[in-house]
Amino acid sequence: GDNDGEREHQKLLEAISSLDGKNRRKLAERSEASLKVSEFNVSSEGSGEKLVLADLLEPVKTSSSLATVKKQLNRVKSKKTVELPLNKEEIERIHREVAFNKTAKVLSKWDPVVLKNRQAEQLVFPLEKEEPAIAPIEHVLSGWKARTPLEQEIFNLLHKNKQPVADPLLTPVEKASLQAMSLEEAKMRRAELQRARALQSYYEAKARREKKIKSKKYHKVVKKGKAKKALKEFEQLRKVNPAAALEELEKIEKARMMERMSLKHQNSGKWAKSKAIMAKYDLEARQAMQEQLAKNKELTQKLQVASESEEEEGGTEEKVEELLVPDVVNEVQMNADGPNPWMLRSCTSDTKEAATQEDPEQLPEPEAHEVSESEGEDRPVAEEEILLREFEERRSLRKRSELSQDAEPAGSQETKDSSSQEVLSELRVLSQKLKENDQSRKQKASSEGTIPQVQREEPATEEEEPLLLQRPERVQTLEELEELGKEECFQNKELSRPVLEGQQSERTPNNRPDAPKKKKKEQMIDLQNLLTTQSPSVKSLAVPTIEELEDEEERNQRQMIKEAFAGDDVIRDFLKEKREAVEASKPKDVDLTLPGWGEWGGVGLKPSAKKRRRFLIKAPEGPPRKDKNLPNVIINEKRNIHTAAHQVRVLPYPFTHHWQFERTIQTPIGSTWNTQRAFQKLTTPKVVTKPGHIINPIKAEDVGYRSSSRSDLSVIQRNPKRITTRHKKQLKKSSVD
Amino acid sequence: MKVKMLSRNPDNYVRETKLDLQRVPRNYDPTLHPFEVPREYVRALNATKLERVFTKPFLASLDGHRDGVNCLAKHPKNLATILSGACDGEVRIWNLTQRNCIRTIQAHEGFVRGICTRFCGTSFFTVGDDKTVKQWKMDGPGYGEEEEPLHTILGKTVYTGIDHHWKEAVFATCGQQVDIWDEQRTNPICSMTWGFDSISSVKFNPVETFLLGSCASDRNIVLYDMRTNTICWNPMEAFIFTAANEDYNLYTFDMRALDTPVMVHMDHVSAVLDVDYSPTGKEFVSASFDKSIRIFPVDKSRSREVYHTKRMQHVICVKWTSDSKYIMCGSDEMNIRLWKANASEKLGVLTSREKAAKDYNQKLKEKFQHYPHIKRIARHRHLPKSIYSQIQEQRIMKEARRRKEVNRIKHSKPGSVPIVSEKKKHIVAVVK
Repeated sequence: GDNDGEREHQKLLEAISSLDGKNRRKLAERSEASLKVSEFNVSSEGSGEKLVLADLLEPVKTSSSLATVKKQLNRVKSKKTVELPLNKEEIERIHREVAFNKTAKVLSKWDPVVLKNRQAEQLVFPLEKEEPAIAPIEHVLSGWKARTPLEQEIFNLLHKNKQPVADPLLTPVEKASLQAMSLEEAKMRRAELQRARALQSYYEAKARREKKIKSKKYHKVVKKGKAKKALKEFEQLRKVNPAAALEELEKIEKARMMERMSLKHQNSGKWAKSKAIMAKYDLEARQAMQEQLAKNKELTQKLQVASESEEEEGGTEEKVEELLVPDVVNEVQMNADGPNPWMLRSCTSDTKEAATQEDPEQLPEPEAHEVSESEGEDRPVAEEEILLREFEERRSLRKRSELSQDAEPAGSQETKDSSSQEVLSELRVLSQKLKENDQSRKQKASSEGTIPQVQREEPATEEEEPLLLQRPERVQTLEELEELGKEECFQNKELSRPVLEGQQSERTPNNRPDAPKKKKKEQMIDLQNLLTTQSPSVKSLAVPTIEELEDEEERNQRQMIKEAFAGDDVIRDFLKEKREAVEASKPKDVDLTLPGWGEWGGVGLKPSAKKRRRFLIKAPEGPPRKDKNLPNVIINEKRNIHTAAHQVRVLPYPFTHHWQFERTIQTPIGSTWNTQRAFQKLTTPKVVTKPGHIINPIKAEDVGYRSSSRSDLSVIQRNPKRITTRHKKQLKKSSVD
Repeated sequence: MKVKMLSRNPDNYVRETKLDLQRVPRNYDPTLHPFEVPREYVRALNATKLERVFTKPFLASLDGHRDGVNCLAKHPKNLATILSGACDGEVRIWNLTQRNCIRTIQAHEGFVRGICTRFCGTSFFTVGDDKTVKQWKMDGPGYGEEEEPLHTILGKTVYTGIDHHWKEAVFATCGQQVDIWDEQRTNPICSMTWGFDSISSVKFNPVETFLLGSCASDRNIVLYDMRTNTICWNPMEAFIFTAANEDYNLYTFDMRALDTPVMVHMDHVSAVLDVDYSPTGKEFVSASFDKSIRIFPVDKSRSREVYHTKRMQHVICVKWTSDSKYIMCGSDEMNIRLWKANASEKLGVLTSREKAAKDYNQKLKEKFQHYPHIKRIARHRHLPKSIYSQIQEQRIMKEARRRKEVNRIKHSKPGSVPIVSEKKKHIVAVVK
């Protein structure tokens, strides 16, 4: 009964207290200690703190069964309460802002393009170049059929030959070749072909040039060179591969035989033919013919007999020598002519010119000769070179000089016989050399080579000597006289300087730049010395005079005042300026006197005063100046109102200074003052559009960017509503957790 | 006896063919050609005068509509074709070279609010007051067929504008919200709203095609003035667009920095209703309620040209043709007018000498443009009396405002009255 009553009473109290919204907190209840303690009546009064879950578990500390519960409780405690989700507008705003920043960043990629287009000198629209739309011939053909009999016939032919008619217009082979070769490969191949062709053409040109050379001697030398080369190769081959060498030998033998067979000593040559005609009537001619035939026989016979016995060799040698004789004679003559024209000319009056002309050509020669001298016997190749060079030199000489005419007949004396014989003899010699030992070969080579050499060397050395002599002389005459003395005196002064080896080296041009520098240095030093020495003397002169006039203090003061008002002559300056302006604005008199008109004239004579007075037109007095009564003002009266109407008053925008503007105005752009090209360049319009051409908006692909069209739809389709719902879901989830 | 003779090599003065130019040997010694500047000045003056003399921009008027022309669209692939929608729901397709109407469609009941062509030029879309979006074929129906739209979408609200994507089969409409549509579906892919103002115009960016600008609210761009009538994107500069505003001005913005316009273009004396960029991106044309259209260079705040005719009423829509040579405008009094973009330009093919002379004159005008005489002549335009008087009036108002501002600054504590630049003055707020 009581319990019920108490409880009801309590309930009532609670209900009443809960009615009042503001004081929802329960008032601390003070009650007597009683036996009955209500389990619902737990309060955290007094401490004023919230009831924490952990407090409830305090009494069950000891029991281990509730440990898991406790842990869970801790976990719950550690988690923070989830913040309230933002309202929808706020979320949208954030999304918008993020999207805006993103797109702004994306758009920034256009900055350089836009800037470039804005600053471009000229823009031609449409920006992208249109490719001319030419239909390929296959398409044109496909829509066309053969109708007339002629056409049909042609098509039949084409079909028979497996020529393609329609798309694509290529034979299978062509197609394969097209597929086979890439562009780069084709380019490389073409380049290779071009190179080969070029080389071929060079070679051909060279061959032609060589072929054109009429000189027998040249050809002889070339042949000899070739033979020698072959010989060398053969020797090498013999060392390396004897079997192959034998074969090679046989070949050489055969070649020799062929040469023999085709000899001109038979009646096939021009000379022989003419003689054959004459032989009927002329006894001498007949004899000559017979002699020749006999010679031929001899030669062939000698061939038939194998050249193994020493006797035969000796015979051949003699023969060779015999044959060689005319050549040698020729050579001697030529040699006498070759360098000699120079010598001859030197004998004549115009020696200097010839010498100057010759010098550059002759200079390289002596060196070569020296080389040949030292190595000539050991190396037969060098000898060849000499011959060749000599030959070329002579050719050039012949071209240039008239005197070479004398040399020409000498060259023409060489007959065909001799040349052919020479070739043969060379071959023979070479073949012999194969069989002989090295020593004998050397001897022969020397016997052949040295004869011309020696003869040639003589003039060469003669040339060398004057040149060698001249050089030092020149150096001495020109600059030594001046510099030697100076250098010597320098050396005397500067003892510490290391003395050079000899006077010769001092004279060399390497030293020369040093000398003037030193000279300059000395001069500089001298000047300084002068200054330093003079300045104190000046001071010493000046100071006493001032001291005599004034005291030091006074002087200082005056100086200070002067310094303070140094440029302070403003008033006088202004007055002067005004006077000048007035003078300038005054109308000038016109003097029309003509000196020497009606009286004597000339240097130092002046027209008489009377005449001057007569012809002087006095300018009328202008209107009074506006600043006549204003002493402090200068009014410029030059300004013309009429011209002012045509003048720009304010500096236009892009210009920062008036002279920039003036300069742009002063440079004319018309074709009257400019060349056509410059005129065109100056008058290019900034924007060019073509009528009838559609100008499309700029595309990312054209400028080289990847277009962002991929993201287009995704961005558009991204539904903001859906996003927000998703976001909300997320929020909900988090709240549930 | 020695006879001195002149001998000339005919190669130096005889042309190879008749078509070659005559060789004129010239001496460019400046002493032989004095007075460069005065001579060029006179030439420039003459060029400017001649330009004014030859200024005849008006080319043709296309009449046939029975109500005011409300919207214009140009064919993306064909320069000679344009489309126009009128206030009575009629759509007409015109041929500019023949200057006649090719086709007439009664597309909607009530206004044709917007018209746009598909990027491929095969079809076009219209929206009208009858809450429908219709897609039409560009070619007319065959003989005996009825004029029917390809698709018709019935909407819930009135659409006020439409624009087609530049690359894909997507278009956008605006009205109470901006809707993005797939061509194949009858429901929008997504609709976007911001606030509760209705949206008057929507435009896709031609370069960065995913960008969409609308005049009231938009996903990407925040607009400043809810009274803006329309915007147009620069076709060469992806982030630049120009907005035509009700406060008589046009504003060019860089969409990355919206708090200050790049340029404020002011010359109109009434609300600006439409704007369109030249395909070169260097100029744009604006149509205004003051019965005139003006051409502005993008980087100048003043217009370089104003076009008007006696009969042209409030200009509602304007378009610049794709070859940047002509301008079309549709106006209240049912006519579409064709203008030259460059008023004094000679039409047709020019010979090379004509071209050279033109370029030279142009350069001269440019060079001497700051000289007062030339400036005066070049700037002189005849204006209808209404516009002229309104300009005067507004000048007075503006001067008064400026004076007041100056006085306020003068008579208050220095620094307390901030000096706001003309550019910033017009921006109400930037809403994120």
